[in-house]
Amino acid sequence: MTTTGGAPASGTGAGRFGRFGGRYVPETLIPALEELEAAYAEAATDPEFLGRLAELLADYVGRPSPVYRADRLGEALGGVRVWLKREDLNHTGAHKINNTLGQALVALRMAKRRIIAETGAGQHGVATATACALFGLECVVYMGREDMRRQALNVERMRLLGAEIRPVDSGRGTLKDATNEAIRDWVENVRDTHYIIGSVVGPDPYPRMVRDFQRVIGDEARRQLADRDVRPAAAFACVGGGSNAIGLFTAFLDDGEVELVGVEAAGEGLESGRHAASLAAGSPGVLHGSLSYLLQDEGGQVVPAHSVSAGLDYPGVGPEHAWLRDTGRVRYESATDGEALAAFRRLTRLEGIIPALESAHALAGLTAEADRWRDRDVLVCLSGRGDKDVVEAARLLAGQDSE
Amino acid sequence: MSAAVGSGRLAAAFEARREAGGAAFIPYLTFGYPSPEDTPRLLGRLADAGADVIELGVPFSDPLADGPTIQRAGWRALERGATLAAALELVERVAAGLPPLVLFSYLNPILHAGVDAFRERAAAAGVAGVLVTDLPVGSDPDLEARLAGAGPDLIRLVAPTTSEARVRGIAGTASGFLYYVSRTGVTGARASLTDTLAEEVGRLRGLVDLPVAVGFGISRPEQAAQVGRLADGVVVGSALIDALGRDEEAFAELAAALAEAAHGARST
Repeated sequence: MTTTGGAPASGTGAGRFGRFGGRYVPETLIPALEELEAAYAEAATDPEFLGRLAELLADYVGRPSPVYRADRLGEALGGVRVWLKREDLNHTGAHKINNTLGQALVALRMAKRRIIAETGAGQHGVATATACALFGLECVVYMGREDMRRQALNVERMRLLGAEIRPVDSGRGTLKDATNEAIRDWVENVRDTHYIIGSVVGPDPYPRMVRDFQRVIGDEARRQLADRDVRPAAAFACVGGGSNAIGLFTAFLDDGEVELVGVEAAGEGLESGRHAASLAAGSPGVLHGSLSYLLQDEGGQVVPAHSVSAGLDYPGVGPEHAWLRDTGRVRYESATDGEALAAFRRLTRLEGIIPALESAHALAGLTAEADRWRDRDVLVCLSGRGDKDVVEAARLLAGQDSE
Repeated sequence: MSAAVGSGRLAAAFEARREAGGAAFIPYLTFGYPSPEDTPRLLGRLADAGADVIELGVPFSDPLADGPTIQRAGWRALERGATLAAALELVERVAAGLPPLVLFSYLNPILHAGVDAFRERAAAAGVAGVLVTDLPVGSDPDLEARLAGAGPDLIRLVAPTTSEARVRGIAGTASGFLYYVSRTGVTGARASLTDTLAEEVGRLRGLVDLPVAVGFGISRPEQAAQVGRLADGVVVGSALIDALGRDEEAFAELAAALAEAAHGARST
C-alpha cells in the first residue's frame, strides 16, 4: 500500500493528481479529514492493521479472486483470449467489500462507531452493512429512491444486515443525491461518525485511500497472469466513480505495454445528453469535495447523469481518472445501455456468469473493439455479479425482444 | 491584510452598527426565490426591515452545506433561471441603494465562470463580499489568493470543529468579517442554540480582529437577541426563507423583529 498523494506514477502534491483532487468541503469537515488522513497514514504502515486486513480479505472475502479464461466469450468475439478478474466471486458479490473492510478498520482505530455510506447499485451499501455487522458498528445508508426501486434486492439485504436505509428524494433520486445526503449527515455528526465513501471520489484522502484498498484487484491479477506466463495486452474496467478501474489499473500504470481502457456509461448515447460519461463529455469542476471532470451546464450547475446501471449513474468521476485521462495513460471509451445489456446477455448465455450491469459496460467496451485484440490476451474486471440486476435486466430485455 | 483588500463597505457597516449599539442583522435571501423578478423587491424589504448587511445566496444544484429549506428554495430558483451571471446583473442594478451585499455561493459556478473574470465582474457590480461555502482556507491557495485580490472581501467560515491553530490561520486570510457556524450540521432552523456558544464566540473574538458574525440555526427574535449579546452580527437564513414560503408579509415582519432584536442586544 502506498500513502503518497498520488500513485507512484501519478499526481503531484498531497491529495492532488496533477491539478485534480483536493479538499473542497465545508469548514466543519476539515478537522475530520485531517484526522482521517493521519489515522490512515498510521494504519497503512502498521503491520498489525495490514495483517488483520489481509486475513479478512483471505478468510472472509475469499481472496484472491480467480482469473478465469472465458473461452466461449473469446471465441464469440472473434478469437480474443479474455481473462475475467472474478471480483463477482467475492463475499457480498462485488469488489466493494475490499474497501469497506479497510475503512471500517480505520474507523475502529479512530474509535468512531457510527458509519454512514451512500450507495447507487446497493453493492457498496451491502458491503458497508456487512462490515458493520462484522464489527458491531451502527450503519446508516443513503440511497436514492429510484435506485431503491431498481435495486430492491440489495435494499432487503442491507436491512437484513441491520443497516438503516434512508431514502433520498432530491434530484433524480440516484447516486449523486445519496452522496449529497451522506455528506450532510457527516457535517452534522462528524464527531462520532465515519463516512465510508464507496468510490475513488470525494475529498482527499478518500480517492487515494480507496485506491489503496482496491489495488489488490490489479496486483493479484497481474501476478495470477504472470504465473501462467501471460502478459495482457490490455485491461478493461467500467468507470462510474471509478474504484474497480483504479483498483485494476494501478498495478499496470508503470507498464506502458499494457493498454488501459476505462469504459463509461453512454446511457442512451453521448449525443442524446442522457448519459454518465463525465470524462468523454464533461469538463473540470468541483463536486463532492474534489476537482475532476463533471457533467455540468453553462452556468456551472451539475447536470443529472443517466445510465441503466445504478452504479455508474453519476455525473462525476474520481480525480485520479481525470488525471490519467489528461496524461493519456488511460484511454476512456463508453458503452450505451443497449450495448451493456447485450454484453450482459452474452456473458450469461456463453459462460454461465451473470455479470452486474456495471461490469457489463467493461465487456461491451471490449466487444466494440474486439477486432483489435484478436489472438491477444485481454484482462477484464468483472467487478460484480448481476443477481441484483436480474429483475431490471429481464424487464429491459423483454422490452427489447418485443420491439 | 484585511485593511488593504476588499471594498471596506462591510467593515464600515459593522462599525456603524457598533456605534449605534447592538449587533448587525444579516439576513440571507436565496437569489431567484420565489422567482428572479421578486429578488429586488425582497432585498428592498430586508433593507427597510433594518438589515445591516445582506447575504444573497446563489443557487447550486448540489448544495451540500444546506438543509431542506434552502435546498428547495435553490432548486425552485434554478428552475427559473437564477444563475450566477443573473445574480451579478441584478446586484449591479440594485446594489447602490442597499446595505452591503455578500454573495454566498458554492465554488463550482464561480470556477465555471472563471475565478478572475468572476472577481472583476463582482467588483464592478458592487458586491461587497464573497463567501464560498466549499472553499475552506488552505484548500486551494492559488485560487484563494485570486479570489481575495482587489475587490470584494473574501469572507471565511469558522466551525465549532475548527482548531485554535487553524482559526489563527483563517484570521490571517479573512477580510470583512468572520462567519462563525454556530453548530455542526447544515443550514436550517433549530429549536435551541448550543450551551457553549458564549464560550466559543468569546474564544474566537480573542483570536481575531475582525467582526464576528454567527449563523446556522438562528430562527427567532429571542435567539437573535441572545446571539447579538455575544457577537458582532447575527445571520438568519432558513427561517426567513420558510416565512417567505408562507407569504411575503410574514417574511418582512420576521425580518423586522429579528433586526430589532439584534440591534437592541447590548454587548456584554
